[in-house]
This record gives sequence, structure tokens and C-alpha cells, in this order.
Amino acid sequence: MYIELRFHGRGGQGAVTAATILAKASVIEGKYAQAIPNFNAERRGAPVEVYSRISDKFIGRHSQVENPDAVVVLDYQLTKMVNILKGLKNDGIVVINSQNKESIGNVKTYCVDATSIAKRHSLIVSGWPTVNTSILGAISKSLGIVSIDSIIKAIYEHFSSPRLAKLNAEAATDAYKETALCGE
Amino acid sequence: MVMKTLTGNFAVAEAVRLARAKVIAAYPITPQTTIVERLSEMTEKGELEAKMVRVESEHSALAATLGAAAAGSRAFTATASHGLLYMHEVLWWTASSRLPVVMAVAARAIGAPWNIHVDHNDIMDQRDTGWIIGVAQENQEVLDMTIQAFRISEDPYIYLPVMIALDGFILTHTVAPVEVPDQKEIDEWLPPRRQPYIVSPETNIVMGNLTSDDDYYMMRYSIQVAQEVAKKIIEEVDLSYGKTFGRNYGGLVECYKCDDADYVMLLMGSWAGDAKEALNILRERGINVGLARIRFIRPWPSEILKEKLKNKKGIIVFDRSISFGNVGQLFIETASTLYGMTNMRGVIAGLGGVDVKPEDFVGEVVAFVDDVEKGEVYDTIRWLLPPKYRDHKLGVTL
Amino acid sequence: MVSEAIIEEPKTYWKAPISHPDFGSVGKTGLWRTERPVIDEEKCTKCLLCWLYCPEDTILRREDDMVFVDYDYCKGCGICASVCPVGAITMVPEIKEGE
Repeated sequence: MYIELRFHGRGGQGAVTAATILAKASVIEGKYAQAIPNFNAERRGAPVEVYSRISDKFIGRHSQVENPDAVVVLDYQLTKMVNILKGLKNDGIVVINSQNKESIGNVKTYCVDATSIAKRHSLIVSGWPTVNTSILGAISKSLGIVSIDSIIKAIYEHFSSPRLAKLNAEAATDAYKETALCGE
Repeated sequence: MVMKTLTGNFAVAEAVRLARAKVIAAYPITPQTTIVERLSEMTEKGELEAKMVRVESEHSALAATLGAAAAGSRAFTATASHGLLYMHEVLWWTASSRLPVVMAVAARAIGAPWNIHVDHNDIMDQRDTGWIIGVAQENQEVLDMTIQAFRISEDPYIYLPVMIALDGFILTHTVAPVEVPDQKEIDEWLPPRRQPYIVSPETNIVMGNLTSDDDYYMMRYSIQVAQEVAKKIIEEVDLSYGKTFGRNYGGLVECYKCDDADYVMLLMGSWAGDAKEALNILRERGINVGLARIRFIRPWPSEILKEKLKNKKGIIVFDRSISFGNVGQLFIETASTLYGMTNMRGVIAGLGGVDVKPEDFVGEVVAFVDDVEKGEVYDTIRWLLPPKYRDHKLGVTL
Repeated sequence: MVSEAIIEEPKTYWKAPISHPDFGSVGKTGLWRTERPVIDEEKCTKCLLCWLYCPEDTILRREDDMVFVDYDYCKGCGICASVCPVGAITMVPEIKEGE
């Protein structure tokens, strides 16, 4: 098993944290993983990309991820700003935070309304719903590479505040249940 | 032992915590910043009993570290790029004072223009200062090498400062699994701090005095003696660490599938992982390649390289830095050891964080092998241009 | 911070870039002097500024805080005369006119 992901988010939305928790969850399952932020001039609200690699074996590769197996989009508006399908493998998958439940092009797309889930669990930081942990539930459901149990364990490991960990774990669980192929 | 997922920078911080550093003086610079952030968090939480010294520049950061070391403390600092260049003068003072100090360097490009991504020119510029300089490939190795650095630096055969380089962003900010040893295990493995002298009101010692030219010469000679001995000690420390913690890396050089290889790629840092993938692709195609990953550029592993590489059909050196007006520094070093013994080629690649993929290594090796099979090759410099500029015409006609 | 380090002799050829200062290790530096400070005990207010400022530690202090000069090591820099707020220290040439 070897899989590469690309996260599209906005500066401040928590895409780096999402990839980090995903790596932690993979390690909990005995896998090897990398979470790779792509830093340029980081500005709140600007489009950012983060990558992750997960494998059942050690990964020595450190060059950039250009042909991901799946693309994860934390904010639907980004589809209008950047080409989220750039380099995506032919049988690649998109996981997107979307309320309108529409597929992206002809690509197999999984939708989750992560914004509403985050609001439901009062996960708001500086006025923004933090959708990163919800999106992890969606990744677990749609890609099946890491179980939701491991995601939740990793969330508890990541957040030092038990209250925050609980809220984020609940959001991830809800997202896991609510993620479905777009249009269904 | 605990399995954690850590960035390279956090792996450094864990190592410094385990080594029980007593004084940390540093000035923030991307991509080093989170090392010191994490360490100050540890000292605030009481996970590490150390004094954090906030300074106004990198020059002062290393000066304060040197002062703490002189006073008998296990002292640590970290920097990158311009910060390292700004420290340059104090690097000499530290090594020449023969005081054990450990520093982490997040290898990063130097301006102008500003560039925060990986490049080896900052560390390559420090080769002559008397420091021992190690370069890691993975986050796990970053942690292991940093812990080992304290033992190497404080060895009475050596008494020199040690610099551990980790590639900016590629290691510093990438999260990967890292096995973190228990404090008890490290306390048993790492001896208490030893040093040649302590400056205190009781010891009546003056540092930084004027000396005679003859004594100066002999002090220079003594640093070289220590560097030579360090070759052996680094290997011993690596083996001993491996015995205790189950991981050793080959000492000064990691020779990966070198022994039966006809050709060898020589490089250092994180892209060795991509080069190893390339190596496997090449072997499947019937090209018998090995890889020599330089783990320490100082002391330079001349004896091992001579022994392992002199009978190869060709050595291709990948430099992530350049000595303007000559060639890549790693090529210069390698040529100083292997000149006249085999075919050689130096490739300049990945400057300023330009991405280099396994396929790029494959392409360069295939071209080199083709050329060697046609006749003798001694190419000192070849450019692996960024993909966008691959068609750029090289050279100048007057 | 109390040092926990152990001082251990280096095991390779070693020449230390350090020195051990000692009293008068380059001889009597008072011979370098061209002018000597002379203290007028009548004018002196025992403020001790000269004692504090002397870079060579050659203004010595008696129990009653009256000061005097250690001419064996005073190099005659004149700082004491310069800082004295009441003009109690005069710099007198070591060699008299005509000598």
C-alpha cells in the first residue's frame, strides 16, 4: 500500500494539522507516513497546499507530490481559485467540504458538509469554522486507508486539552457518518 | 521507547531534552524557529531543566552558547542560512577554544534573493571552521545524530563542537514517525559532560588571549589531530548507539548497495531517499549502481571512500550547493580523495529547494554510464536545471 | 547555574587556547610609566572613584579608605587623575626637565 494525498486549504484553516493528525493515525496503525507542508509566503486566507504520504513500508522519498491518488479540499471556494485536479491520477478521488453536493468534473467525488459539522460542535477559531478534523472523518470514510478509530485516537493524542479533543473527535465521527458520494 | 510522529525540528528538540542540555541560546530564523519554540515550551513546562537565553542576534547566540560551555554547561543552539553566516566568526572561536557545543542547522538557501527552502551552501561554507559537521537523511536520524553529537563533542579525544544539519522544510517541517528513546536509556548511554577546562572564578583561566605564532600553529595542528581521531570515534559512537537503541547508520558514510556496484552516486541529505528509489529503478534496468551517502562532511571520510570507491567504473556526485568560480563543494571534496582513480562527474541540482525526483537521478546516472562506456569521463560540473528551464542554453561565447 | 561538568584531560595532542594570569608575570610594569600620579591627601575626600576606575588595580586602599599608588605596577595612564572630582591627583613627569 502506498498512497499520496494533496490537501487544498486556506492559510489558517488547519490543513497542516489535518495532515499531521492523519500521519499520527497512520502510525497508530503501524504504517509509515509523512505530512509535508508546502511553505511559501503564508498568509491567512490565501490558498495553501499540504501533502501526505502513507505506506505500510518506510518511505524514503522526499521530493514533492505531483500525482496524488486523492485530493482533499477544505473549502469549496478554492475550486474557483486553483486547479484542484492538477496532476491527480486518472482513477483519483476528490474529498471535498461542500454543501451543494456536486461532483468535481468527471472525478469520483466524496462530499461532506464539514462547515456545518464544525459549527455544530462549536469548533470556531477567530471567527472561522475549523473544518480540519471533520475532513479527517471524511478521508477515513471515502479512502478507507485509515480507520476512524485511529483518527480519533490521533485527535486525542494531538490536542492537549481534553475538551477540545472531545469536540474534534465528535466532529470527525459525525463527518465519517455523513460523508457520501456527491449527488447521492 | 515511544513512537511519536514528529517534524525534524521537534526531533531535534526531543534529542536536546534527552541530552539534558543546561543552556540554550538562540535567535529565531526560518526554518529553524520551531526547534527553539519547542525547547522553550519544554523549559516552561518543566520537561527540560535549562536556561533559555534570548539574544539579539545569531552572533550573540553562539557567543552565549560558547560562554555557557566554557562555564561547564551542556549548551545548545540552532540556526539556519543567514543566521549561520552571521555566526561564522564565533564558529571559529568555538572550535578553536576546544569547547564541546552542539548546534542544529536547518539547511537553507542564502540570499539574495530571499529563499527559505533547502540548499547546502550555508553548511558548506562552514567546512573550514574546525566543527564536526553531520548531515541527516530522515527525522529519525536527526534525533539519533543529535544525541550522538553530544557524546562525540564531549569525547576527550575530540573536544570540538558538532553541527547537525537537517534539510530545511523537507525534514524540519515534514512530520514522520520517530522512535524516541526513554530518558533512563539516554542517561545510561550518554556520559556526564566532560570538557578540557572550566572558566570560573575558582579556576583562574583567561580565554581569548594573544598567543605566540608558534603556539598558534600548534593549536591549529591539534584541531586537525582531533578531527582525524574523530573519524574513528564517530564510528564507535554510531556502533555503540546501534547496540543500545537498534539503529546505526554506518558512521561517516552510509554505503548503500556499494559493494557490488559498478557505479556509485555520492550525495548527502534528505534527497538520498529519492536517490535510493532511483537506485532500485536502475538496478531493475540492469545498471549496477550503489549509493554513498555522506553523513559527515567534517571530518571528511577520505579513507573509507578510497577503500570503497577506488575500483568503481565511475562516481557521480550530486551537489546541492556551489563554490562559485569552481564547482560543487562535495565534488571538490570527493575529487580530493579519488582524483585519478576513477571516472567522475559533478552535478549541481536542487539549489534553493528545486525539486529533484527519483526520475531525475535515473536520467543523470544513465547519461553518465553511457558517457563512461564511450570513454574516459572527468566532468567537473553539469547542471540539472529546474524543469521550467531545462532547454536553457548553457555557457557563454565571447 | 552550577557547573556539573567534569574536567578531563584531552587524550590527543593538545595545546590549550587559554592562559593562567599571574601577578606581575611580565615584570614590573611600573617601568613603562612616563608620568606618575601623586595624591594630595589634604584634598582627597575618600570618594574612591580612582580606586574604582584604575584599570590595573594599582590604586590601593587603606583601612581608613585613604588611597595610595602601587608604583611597581602603575603604568601612569592618568585615569585616576582624570576622574578625581576634587583635583587631588596630579600627574608628575618621571623625568625632570633638563635630564
